[in-house]
Amino acid sequence: MLNYIWGFLIIVGIVVGVCTGNIANVSDAALNSTKEAVTLCITMLGIMALWTGIMQVARATGIIASLTRGIRPVIRLLFPDLPKEHIVNEYIASNMIANILGLGWAATPMGLMAMKELATLNDNKERASCDMCTFLIINISSLQLIPVNIIAYRSQYGSVKPTEILGVAIVATLFSTIVGVIFSIVARKRGRQ
Amino acid sequence: MTFLLYLSDYMIPFVIFYVVGYGILTKTAIFDEFVKGAKDGFKVVVDILPTLIGLMVGIGIMRASGAFDILSNLLKPLMVLLQFPAELVPLVIVKMFSSSAATSLVIDIFKQYGPDSYLGTLTSILMSCTETIFYTMAVYFMAAKVKKTRYTLLGALVATLSGVVISTFLASFMR
Repeated sequence: MLNYIWGFLIIVGIVVGVCTGNIANVSDAALNSTKEAVTLCITMLGIMALWTGIMQVARATGIIASLTRGIRPVIRLLFPDLPKEHIVNEYIASNMIANILGLGWAATPMGLMAMKELATLNDNKERASCDMCTFLIINISSLQLIPVNIIAYRSQYGSVKPTEILGVAIVATLFSTIVGVIFSIVARKRGRQ
Repeated sequence: MTFLLYLSDYMIPFVIFYVVGYGILTKTAIFDEFVKGAKDGFKVVVDILPTLIGLMVGIGIMRASGAFDILSNLLKPLMVLLQFPAELVPLVIVKMFSSSAATSLVIDIFKQYGPDSYLGTLTSILMSCTETIFYTMAVYFMAAKVKKTRYTLLGALVATLSGVVISTFLASFMR
């Protein structure tokens, strides 16, 4: 799937660039994007290492284990096939909690660790397991309690009431997450038949 | 309002304080554990760098060529049918690929229409319930080294579209 998406981006981009006369920009963009990716990774190296370090401390002290127990019912509902005591439960729990609290930078490393552990539990290495699909759909539907960045931009650009959208935003994010959850559960059931 | 911004300022220091403080109380070898964990995070980033380069080149080419604009023009009739304002169609499309590109569109909208206008309100709600689908999928599936992603894309699109629909519906009450 990713092979097709990536191929689509490149081929369509270049063809359109030729047709619209933007090909010089396309060439610049191709080269500059590599720099952007490397810069992003350098920033990420520090932040990611900080959070995986802090999370490791939290795990060693048992904080993560108790948080995981706290949201266990949710994990069981979404991922019924996971072994109960596997470390992947902790990664998934910390990813979800970090996402909900709006700690996006802390959520990504935990999510990637969760995917790696899910891969070790997957029988067919090439094909995504149902757990992986569910995990990504939930992640992408992005349940978030406080959309910090948006509120900051709103106040920066002269909103009278920057937080006015808060309640509505929570309803919207809840709704899209619930749709994602229902989709995942139904797709898993159909996959089994 | 200020309370919430304070809350977000305090969130990160509080989490770190709590974890480290709890570690000291339970006599954990906190610094050793921190370094061990940091090393794992380091490896993850190094692993995803090639994925990111490939993906960002693809997205950069699409953006510079004007293909995103064409794509949103194609989708406009469909979105307008759903009562969705045409001005925000590019934002929804771009947000699926790149968060930083979407942010610059958000700022344009805020500057042009104001954050408290109907379009500004709808933009704010949309941004809090949608996520960069293709970026997230590429990075996460590369970490798991999976090739066949099955129904993930469909599920992600369905969830995002439902977010767009409910946002439009809710924003119309705030007009």
